[in-house]
Amino acid sequence: MVRPVKHSRNALLTTKLSAWRSRFVLGMMALAFIALGLRAFWLQAWSTDFLQKQGASRYERALEIPANRGKIVDRTGAMLATSLPAKAIWADAEDVDAPREKLNELAKLLSIDRRELDRKLAEDKNYVYLKRQVDADVAAKVAALNIHGINQRNEYKRHYPEGETVAHIVGFTNVEDAGQEGFELSQQQRLAGKPGSRRVIKDNLGRFIEQIGSGREPQDGADLTLSIDSRIQFLAFNALRDAVREHHAKAGAVVVVDVQTGEVLALSNWPTYDPNNRGQLTGAQLRNRVITDTYEPGSTMKPFAIAMALEAGKIKPTTVIETAPGKLTIGTATIGDAHPHGALTVEQVLQKSSNVGTVKIALQLPPQKMWEGLTSVGFGQAPQIGFPGTVSGRVRPYKNWKPIEQATMSYGHGISVSLIQMARAYTVFARDGDVIPLTMTRTDGEAIGVPVFKPETALAVRKMLEMAAGPQGTAPLAQISGYRVGGKTGTAYKQENGGYQTNKYIASFVGFAPVSKPRVIVAVMIDEPSAGKHYGGEVAAPIFARITSETLRALRVAPDAPFATLIQPVEPVRESL
Amino acid sequence: MIKLNAVLVAMLLVCALLLVTSQHRARKVFIDLERAQSLARKQEVEWNRLQLEQTRLAKHSLIDSVARRELKLQPVSPDRTLYLNPPAEGVAGSPTAPQLAAAQAGR
Repeated sequence: MVRPVKHSRNALLTTKLSAWRSRFVLGMMALAFIALGLRAFWLQAWSTDFLQKQGASRYERALEIPANRGKIVDRTGAMLATSLPAKAIWADAEDVDAPREKLNELAKLLSIDRRELDRKLAEDKNYVYLKRQVDADVAAKVAALNIHGINQRNEYKRHYPEGETVAHIVGFTNVEDAGQEGFELSQQQRLAGKPGSRRVIKDNLGRFIEQIGSGREPQDGADLTLSIDSRIQFLAFNALRDAVREHHAKAGAVVVVDVQTGEVLALSNWPTYDPNNRGQLTGAQLRNRVITDTYEPGSTMKPFAIAMALEAGKIKPTTVIETAPGKLTIGTATIGDAHPHGALTVEQVLQKSSNVGTVKIALQLPPQKMWEGLTSVGFGQAPQIGFPGTVSGRVRPYKNWKPIEQATMSYGHGISVSLIQMARAYTVFARDGDVIPLTMTRTDGEAIGVPVFKPETALAVRKMLEMAAGPQGTAPLAQISGYRVGGKTGTAYKQENGGYQTNKYIASFVGFAPVSKPRVIVAVMIDEPSAGKHYGGEVAAPIFARITSETLRALRVAPDAPFATLIQPVEPVRESL
Repeated sequence: MIKLNAVLVAMLLVCALLLVTSQHRARKVFIDLERAQSLARKQEVEWNRLQLEQTRLAKHSLIDSVARRELKLQPVSPDRTLYLNPPAEGVAGSPTAPQLAAAQAGR
């Protein structure tokens, strides 16, 4: 039989507890709730930033909106440089996990060596560029391979459709889209855009559903219109390349200038490079010889000395100068002519390019006058053409000139100039005695010149230059069919290691056409022609002729010289019976 | 009093629902806008690409080589060109320099 237990007998229940204990528990619980309440108040009302940020980071996205780099176009609007979106392919090296075939295919798509790829993937980094500036279609194929750990990032790639022809003018950018050479460098500020940014809210499907704030609009870079005419540029480039090859020359440079506006229509160098493919670049390829190199011009300098003497009234075009016996001694040095001439008029001195005659004319000028003349046509100062690396050349101060130095300077030795300076200086003869600033960006309207010589002086020298490029002159090869041309040859010894190299030459020609109303100046320089010919009249003048005739045709300039025509009249004249 | 409250509650509910729908609509419109803008960007890129392609195809070196090699064309030279002078001079095969100078000055 079971004996019922009486609850009241239970020892636990019968024990009397003091009342404070229950109150203590209640108090503790109340405190805990108060603490929770305070904490909640603290988080919700007091220190809200942190949690709001955490929340925002879950639905908000800050987006950068890329800006386009400006285009570079030629004067007709043909594209010379433009940016297109491309992809950078990068790998989270530790995370890449793919079968061998897929990696082989990847290496092939990116055209990198398989071992090179393995080496990159073995690196202990989580951000390794495999290849940058990959074209969009290739990037799409890479994405289709679907390899885990291989990712893509948006960027831009610069394209240069005209390639090597305009490489020295346009220049190029690096992978970070910063200009490195040419106009890409000098106009970096203008061309580069400013990226914009904005914040948006994303929904669960990843769509942007709202924009927060107004954001910042991206600013695309400004386009740049050059004065270059890509057609003339191509003609000049071809002529130069062919000539440098024919004469086994070290280098060559050409510049074509519009006489009315001062715009540079073409500027070409050889050797050159392809800006789209810059694997192995050498300094020689990068050099813009027209602008950044100086040379001793030789006889192309003579017209200036003669013009100054004409201007000063020391001589007239018909004044007779005795150049026999073809030698002239000044101090201890002797100046000679290549071929001795007898008595020559001033016109003939320039036509035959007589050193002795020119020196005799130049020495009638005070040194200061001659220095001022040289400076006023731009020698000794860097031309302002908005291009990096222009050089000033060297015209020493007249105070230290010795007579022999003044003498050699008059025929272009002991003075150094750049080809662009030379082309600019010749505007003084191609125009009516004023020299104009050159520009490499397109301008609409005539250039404003600074008068240097009287129009009569310029006209007289222009006539002499036409004679020099004529049958009796030093450059009959400069003649072209249909147009009257004027210009001067130059053949100078090259200066190396502080002395003249008697077997190395620089052959040059600077001229303009058509003489009746000059439209273009073409300046040509060939460095170290070494295929037997080295005179400016033999090497540079034919290049001038080719470029000038093609350029005048391209510019649709009407002929100003009589020429034989091959065209038969539509109705032949009947013979009388 | 109760009636008024009921009306106010009903109005509040209607307003709240209207707010939700208009917000929803705004978001939908925004999504459309986004889509249109990204399309515009794509079109612009495409336009740039086509311009580039046009330049590549119209490259002078390409035209020159096609003209010379495939089409066997020759460059124009003044002796193969018939120049038409301004009125009163008629058609001249080989105009004299003064005539031309006069023609140019008159232009």
